[in-house]
Amino acid sequence: MNRVEVRNLEVTYGNRTVLALDRVVFERGGFYGIVGPSGAGKSTLLRVINLLEKPVSGQLHLFGEEVDLSTLSYAKGMPLQRQMGFVAQKPSMFQASVYDNVALGLRYRKRNRVQIQALVQEALDLVELSHLSDQRAHTLSGGEAQRVALARTLVCEPSLLLLDEPTASLDPYNISIFERVIQTIHRQKHTTILMITHNLPQARRLAQTCLFVNNGRIVERADTEAFFHHPHCTELADFISGRMIC
Amino acid sequence: MMTQDVWEVIWLSLQVTTVSVAIGMLAGIPTGTLLGLYSFRGKRIVVALIYTCMGLPPVLVGVVVYLLLSRYGPLGALGLLFTPEAMIIAQVVLVTPILAGLTMSAVQAKERTYWETAKSLGASPVQMMITIVREARGGIWSGVAAAYGRAISEVGAVMLVGGNIEHHTRVMTTAIILETRTGNFTAGLQLGLVLLALSFLFNSFLMAGVLNQMKSRRR
Repeated sequence: MNRVEVRNLEVTYGNRTVLALDRVVFERGGFYGIVGPSGAGKSTLLRVINLLEKPVSGQLHLFGEEVDLSTLSYAKGMPLQRQMGFVAQKPSMFQASVYDNVALGLRYRKRNRVQIQALVQEALDLVELSHLSDQRAHTLSGGEAQRVALARTLVCEPSLLLLDEPTASLDPYNISIFERVIQTIHRQKHTTILMITHNLPQARRLAQTCLFVNNGRIVERADTEAFFHHPHCTELADFISGRMIC
Repeated sequence: MMTQDVWEVIWLSLQVTTVSVAIGMLAGIPTGTLLGLYSFRGKRIVVALIYTCMGLPPVLVGVVVYLLLSRYGPLGALGLLFTPEAMIIAQVVLVTPILAGLTMSAVQAKERTYWETAKSLGASPVQMMITIVREARGGIWSGVAAAYGRAISEVGAVMLVGGNIEHHTRVMTTAIILETRTGNFTAGLQLGLVLLALSFLFNSFLMAGVLNQMKSRRR
């Protein structure tokens, strides 16, 4: 019950299989770092879990609910979708104020105005952007927009937070705020977090468990310390040392 | 033309055009939104048809609507030929593909960016559609402006199905034709200028909204 599990997953683009997993389990409350070379299938894995892509086959077990990903319709997937939050590398801001952007998910869930006000304020406080509440979201810098995107996701209190290279284009100041926020959320709300990153020190700083994805497979999975200090496979050792891989 | 007649012609032009565009919006915007958001078998043919209909010759539309509404036509019993309603029907046929086509383009341009974000935030299918339309509203308003411009300046179809009957179906464009034919070029030009001014006012009103959005998008 207390886990996210993906089974028998196969994703193809044309004739090419980009992801083929027998079984992968993420325990509730865990913080998982996902690393691997570009094109390995990391983003595809997160997008499939977030129901943004339909695989050829695959089952998703999300905290007690089980669905067939290959046949799941938009409407039937919506309750599961609302348990998850997704932050992409490039945030897309809607043509509205920062406040309205953050409130959007709550409005989709038909929360009342008073609740929305309180929750949005709390989320903006968390990412240190309360002072920009009335500003048009399109006028924000990249770092600010990404923090708004994080607030917009967290305000809905997801049980599973999916982060796809969210700090790849941020400066150190914004990265530090972003990391602090997700650590706080993980600690206080026990949110399960899956974070793709090319920043290996970041994976070491944040994740409890790391997974190495290559050629559409999970090649290695271990506690973070063991993952970086005692990699079992040569592919991972080469990747960590920078000798990797095509 | 007497001043009162001019006002009457202007008023009828505005009425026919506004009602036509409003009906066209009700049909064209949802159609364009669905086409922009969803793929289905045969979509290419539907899109090709819409693009073709965006350039429909008004005279052809006039003839077809005329035949439909004429006494022995399939809708002849309604007695609509040579009425403002007939003019509205013809103009709806002309503006709906424009509204559907331009809405589809505007939605497609936004769909790729915002579909995933809205879905990730838990939007239902209807909430998703509303969100995308709101994001595409600048492009949709441009479509409304184009449709209004087409409808208010249209002459062939309304002449055929309206008949240019004084105090009944005479609008600005058909009045200009009449004045020119009778050698009254000054009146024709004056009406033309009024038409131009109305078009300018309407488009300025719409563009103000579009420009505001563009300004808000700039850093």
